[in-house]
Amino acid sequence: MSLSQGNTVLGPLNRVEGDLEIRVEVAKGQVAQAWVNAPLFRGFEVILRGKPPMDALVYTPRICGICSVAQSVATAQALAHYMGMAPTDNGRLATSLTLACENLADHLSHFYLFFMPDFARSGYQKQPWFETIQKRFRAQIGDAVNQVLPARAGFMQMTGTLAGKWPHSLSLQPGGTSKALSRSDQVRLLMLIRSFREFLEQVLFGDQLEKVAELQSREQLMGWASAHPQSDFGHFLSLVEPLQLDQLGVTRNTFISYGAYDIPPTAKHKQGYLFQQGVVHWQKQSLHTSALNAELIEEDIAYSWLLGERAHPYQGSTQPDADVPGYSWCKAPRLGGRVVEVGALARQVVNGHPLLLDLVKGHGASVMSRVVARLLEFALVVPAMEQWCQQWQVNEAFCADQSSLPTSGQGQGLVEAARGSLGHWIKVEDGRIANYQIIAPTTWNFSPRDQQGVPGALEMALQQVPLQNGGEKAELHECLAIQHVIRSFDPCMVCTVH
Amino acid sequence: MTPKTLLWLQSGGCGGCSLSLLNAENPHLLDRLSQAGIELLGHPSLSECNGPEFLGLINAICSGEQTLDILCLEGSVMMGPNGTGRFHVLSGTDQPLFQWLQKLAVQAKHTVAVGSCAAFGGITSAGINIGEAIGLQFDADQPGGLLGEHWRSESQLPVVNVAGCPTHPDWVTETLMLLAADALDPSQLDEYNRPRFYTDHLVHHGCPRNEYYEYKASAEKTGDLGCMMEHMGCLGTQARADCNIRPWNGSGSCLKGGYACVNCTAPGFENSRHSFMETPKLAGIPVGLPTDMPKAWFVALASLAKAATPERLRKNAIAEHLVYPPGKGNKNRHKKGRKP
Repeated sequence: MSLSQGNTVLGPLNRVEGDLEIRVEVAKGQVAQAWVNAPLFRGFEVILRGKPPMDALVYTPRICGICSVAQSVATAQALAHYMGMAPTDNGRLATSLTLACENLADHLSHFYLFFMPDFARSGYQKQPWFETIQKRFRAQIGDAVNQVLPARAGFMQMTGTLAGKWPHSLSLQPGGTSKALSRSDQVRLLMLIRSFREFLEQVLFGDQLEKVAELQSREQLMGWASAHPQSDFGHFLSLVEPLQLDQLGVTRNTFISYGAYDIPPTAKHKQGYLFQQGVVHWQKQSLHTSALNAELIEEDIAYSWLLGERAHPYQGSTQPDADVPGYSWCKAPRLGGRVVEVGALARQVVNGHPLLLDLVKGHGASVMSRVVARLLEFALVVPAMEQWCQQWQVNEAFCADQSSLPTSGQGQGLVEAARGSLGHWIKVEDGRIANYQIIAPTTWNFSPRDQQGVPGALEMALQQVPLQNGGEKAELHECLAIQHVIRSFDPCMVCTVH
Repeated sequence: MTPKTLLWLQSGGCGGCSLSLLNAENPHLLDRLSQAGIELLGHPSLSECNGPEFLGLINAICSGEQTLDILCLEGSVMMGPNGTGRFHVLSGTDQPLFQWLQKLAVQAKHTVAVGSCAAFGGITSAGINIGEAIGLQFDADQPGGLLGEHWRSESQLPVVNVAGCPTHPDWVTETLMLLAADALDPSQLDEYNRPRFYTDHLVHHGCPRNEYYEYKASAEKTGDLGCMMEHMGCLGTQARADCNIRPWNGSGSCLKGGYACVNCTAPGFENSRHSFMETPKLAGIPVGLPTDMPKAWFVALASLAKAATPERLRKNAIAEHLVYPPGKGNKNRHKKGRKP
């Protein structure tokens, strides 16, 4: 039974990872309400029940072919927590390198393959910028793809060295990583990172990464854009004002980050994380930062095709029932009852990057700020990867002893995937998995309504989106603004329900 | 020449075979397809069109108006709950995806299952198989699946099962190239209808740990350099794939990454008999020895090999970093490893 009321259905939606369906109610030439459905249920939380705890490392990466490493890292962390152990310093560096490689490759696929092609669609053909953008970004046939696919695949060769293969590696373990890296691996990885830097500096930015990372405000960003009109970031920024992308898909929800890239502390980075953990919420028009309390996370199922009750993931359950009232297989996670937005933007706002703070203070989270945050991460993470690569101790251990498993216990693994905060919660009884719960980034962003009837982040972002393409009226199915809003979150639907 | 048309759909899977496919190099994926004369009508990650436009394409294929040469499915066929298929309704249609597949497979000249999920049910069918996940023509190792054991496509081929979790990009593109060239016949498929060009090999072939295997110098914990068959759950001596001959992501493989082969190209791999990372044993002897060798011979050879293990391999096998290199620099090469 469906509880959604929208009379028009958007779907299938290509260029999102997995299946997505959105029901929409239109009034006065704009979206009045939206109901977001994740139409595929596989049941990983049920599959994992009764399995040996370490076998979770085989199953969870296969939740998602695009955030496979992030899933592995969350499992490895949850297992380490339950086992009461910590990974080696070398293992932490190798894990961060592998995860960073996946996250940046995902940002790249999102920008070039999923997001930008919407600006090259015929709905914009009367716009003065159309020819340029179409030639560059048209799905499958734009020029950019010929540079992007080799750059992405070349960069992902890092995973061949670090983790055997991508996706679905078993190298990421509670004790660290299973592949001890040599000095020749070190120079090879550095070469691959530098080749990727070259691509970014020549094609995406047309500028040094360090220069991009230093942009402090919207004004500086737009100034930079007019000085770099031929770069792909410049192309995107040139569309912001004509299409008002800074005022599109706007929300003012709580941002969270679980903390990204857990690396051994150095003189420069004392805290361990490259991007810190935390929560940022709105009080009227200003932003407030606080510490994350993961105990406040609950999953609501008022509008999900699931039986059970609203609960913290340690107590959560997964009992699908297609006949209960609802409109999605997705649960509705909330932090202390609040709707949350996660992703690169949340990560950079929580970490206090001045450019993103400026953008968000101006207009809230928007299509523009979500995309800018993702691209900014290339400029912030690639130089860090170069550092990590030179930081590990070649003759020391990569994997700590992980042979003793308690017969019972519980653990949580909290990591930042490309799309935002990913959490795993494991409970072990009699040496077997008794409960395993997963909250993926898009579970947060594309959640259905909760028991108070409060819509999820995308459902809010779609409200008031005008049915027009660059100022011209458009039918709902031809409306590209809606497509920009949806894809600005970089949804991963296979993760969402798992 | 008229291009061969390809439609790619996804169901109960992770999308990892598509993402792996994007790792194709020299030339890249889209070049490979165009050089093989393949026109991509629709792919969930790559296509421009959405909604009515995409559904229009699917309907045109179902009605025969649009020719479809190759239908690819990635992900398991979702039959649950209770055979209704409501665990995966095709967005925008209110119809379970499995019904669309039935209609499309009739029209397609060739049908390809990409990945172990689409071929056999795969990971999605693990445990109690809550999703009632099956493959297009198999349910684990049992023929049948969605289309039935005797189903043949217009080309007289069964569903071509490019199994793997995930698939190597070359396995997929080479299969597509063979189909586009009408150069794949049933004799080139193995007993599970997997293309023999990669399943005529064992993962063991070209394994960088072969020398450890020969002397039964075994890894004992995660990260050790030794052979992972005896203790660490490795199934490479039984697994059918060329993973250690054809590198992954430039230079990798599971074994090179330091972890066991889980036999992901095999039907039913998703339910390990024991635990994926530990070798089950009976009276101290690993269960699941190489399939075509008398067990007694294997045991005899293994104990002989163990007795003859050079010190170099014995020590290296249980270390993360090489202790003794081979060759003249090796101080231990004269010891011959005959310690009791």
